[in-house]
Amino acid sequence: MRAIETITGRVSVLNRDDVDTDQIIPKQFLKRVERTGFGEFLFYDWAKEPGWELPRNPILVAGRNFGCGSSREHAPWALEDYGFQAILAPSFADIFRSNCTKIGLLPVQLDVDACAAIADAGEAQVDLAAQEVRWPGGRAHFEIDPDTKHRLLGGLDDIALTLESEGAITAYERERERRGPVTTALA
Amino acid sequence: MPKTLFDKIWDAHEVGQGLLYVDLHLVHEVTSPQAFDGLRLAGRKVRRPDRTLATADHNVPTDGTPLAARIRDELSRVQVQTLERNCAEFRIPVYSLGSSHQGIVHVIGPELGVTQPGMTIVCGDSHTATHGAFGALAVGIGTSEVEHVLATQCLVQSKPRSMRIRYYGSLGFGVTAKDLILATIGQMGVDGATGHVVEYAGAAIESLSMEGRMTVCNMTIEGGGRAGMIAPDETTFEWVIGRPGAPDAVPDEWRLLHTDVDAQFDKEVEVDATEISPMVTWGTTPGMVVGVSERVPEPHSGQDERALDYMGLEPGVPIEEIKLDRVFIGSCTNSRIGDLRAAAEVVNGHRVADSVYAMVVPGSQQVKIQAENEGLDEIFRRAGFDWRGAGCSMCLGMNPDIAAPGERVASTSNRNFEGRQGRGARSHLVSPQMAAAAAIEGHFVDIRDWEANGR
Repeated sequence: MRAIETITGRVSVLNRDDVDTDQIIPKQFLKRVERTGFGEFLFYDWAKEPGWELPRNPILVAGRNFGCGSSREHAPWALEDYGFQAILAPSFADIFRSNCTKIGLLPVQLDVDACAAIADAGEAQVDLAAQEVRWPGGRAHFEIDPDTKHRLLGGLDDIALTLESEGAITAYERERERRGPVTTALA
Repeated sequence: MPKTLFDKIWDAHEVGQGLLYVDLHLVHEVTSPQAFDGLRLAGRKVRRPDRTLATADHNVPTDGTPLAARIRDELSRVQVQTLERNCAEFRIPVYSLGSSHQGIVHVIGPELGVTQPGMTIVCGDSHTATHGAFGALAVGIGTSEVEHVLATQCLVQSKPRSMRIRYYGSLGFGVTAKDLILATIGQMGVDGATGHVVEYAGAAIESLSMEGRMTVCNMTIEGGGRAGMIAPDETTFEWVIGRPGAPDAVPDEWRLLHTDVDAQFDKEVEVDATEISPMVTWGTTPGMVVGVSERVPEPHSGQDERALDYMGLEPGVPIEEIKLDRVFIGSCTNSRIGDLRAAAEVVNGHRVADSVYAMVVPGSQQVKIQAENEGLDEIFRRAGFDWRGAGCSMCLGMNPDIAAPGERVASTSNRNFEGRQGRGARSHLVSPQMAAAAAIEGHFVDIRDWEANGR
């Protein structure tokens, strides 16, 4: 995962609420066993609608409850492959938000007014270290879980970090792990 | 200090701050291949194959295809075969095509008795909340997290907030668990529970069967919730004990799995169960829902207008006048034996309307076998239903079961998103009983009147 410091550039706007991951990447593209190459299928059905416009910019401004529905990580993969590095929205669905942070696609929660102002401005800079979004005419602070921030700033591998707690995991298994079920004993 | 059920399970599994031990990891073919690739690339092993279990469900044809190698669609075949190969390499038990225990991951976990009270359960699928019906903390995760759990048996997770939804009174005649959860999502919105683990409580919940409780918890994600759970009780214990992966007697600690009196929730919601009627969605989110005796509502937003346009509906049209092309009874929400029995009871002695293609897809091979032993397949077949093999089927259209553009579907599944059941397909979410009655009449009917007058 690439480290994130600042993300600067033009913004694309998708002014719809409750955009679900079935729209972001429809099911027929989930059959692939690779994790790359999903960008060309982003919003596959909506992209066929007259008047659809979604330039490949670094920043996407989206509506409320963005990424609801299925847990498919293919949705963040497609957005990232398309060129987005940060998504700004009034709210995100939980699993989608988490999935984004795992691949270095930065979800930024801002209030509706800030999202609208950034959409109007057409460009912005997201500063992860300062937890701030700046745009011509304004700036806004955003919240992010400190551990997630640390991991994104360093481009750190989640699994490697957890494996540093190997001793604690082994101790848990020895002292506190519940008995069963043992899946390998079923067959 | 008094604790919620969620607190108790969380505390029992916290390895360190924000690191949760996972008791059971369920795996399926769609969200796992890239995770296994990641392990191989990094030279990592699966830490606990004995706490991992896999099945093929999303991609499988429901036409009785006996082996992965016989799946006609090449991409689907490769995906299922990849799962089988990965499980063999990493020594994970897998129930793929040809196994008598294959089925939808959220059906076979409980069925095998590996879903038990007090556990932490994860799966690369948003409907993992289903397992919360047993008093487990069950969360849906993405592929990176699947890889993380395979490698470490832990999930990185900051603790979600807690929420309780309490139901007053009991459900009326003809009103089911599906109607209860649809009405709840309609009331609180599709992001009403975002960031929260939800505990469902109250007499209306306690009186539900395990199948009904699974239906409720299953759709927690449609209200945005991180997980849904119900405190285990005698109904739970009776259902679980004696299953292949379960103990033979109720462990004492299971009886402690309930929210203490005076425990605090971050958010409380109350729902009057007596007010809930059989529900039908009219739009493109599960929150766009009304009672069957109501009309298609006036749009209140651009989103509503777009939904009505997609659904091909005019405001003011009575729900009961909406005509259907297809009926789908199945999915991880409503494909268990209790669901099929309820639908069969409605169907028995009637015929599917000529204008409708109707299918029943059992949630697992075991459900299929049991239904056939009870003669339910005969009831459905005689009525003109297509009786299929186990899988996710038309819930998400990743397999040959899809609706054509413009087709209108009464579906017992969980999502009515645009294109979910096929590009341009129009989905209405309902209970199995409502779907069954709609199949007979060719349009929605109020199951409460229909049972009273229709025979």
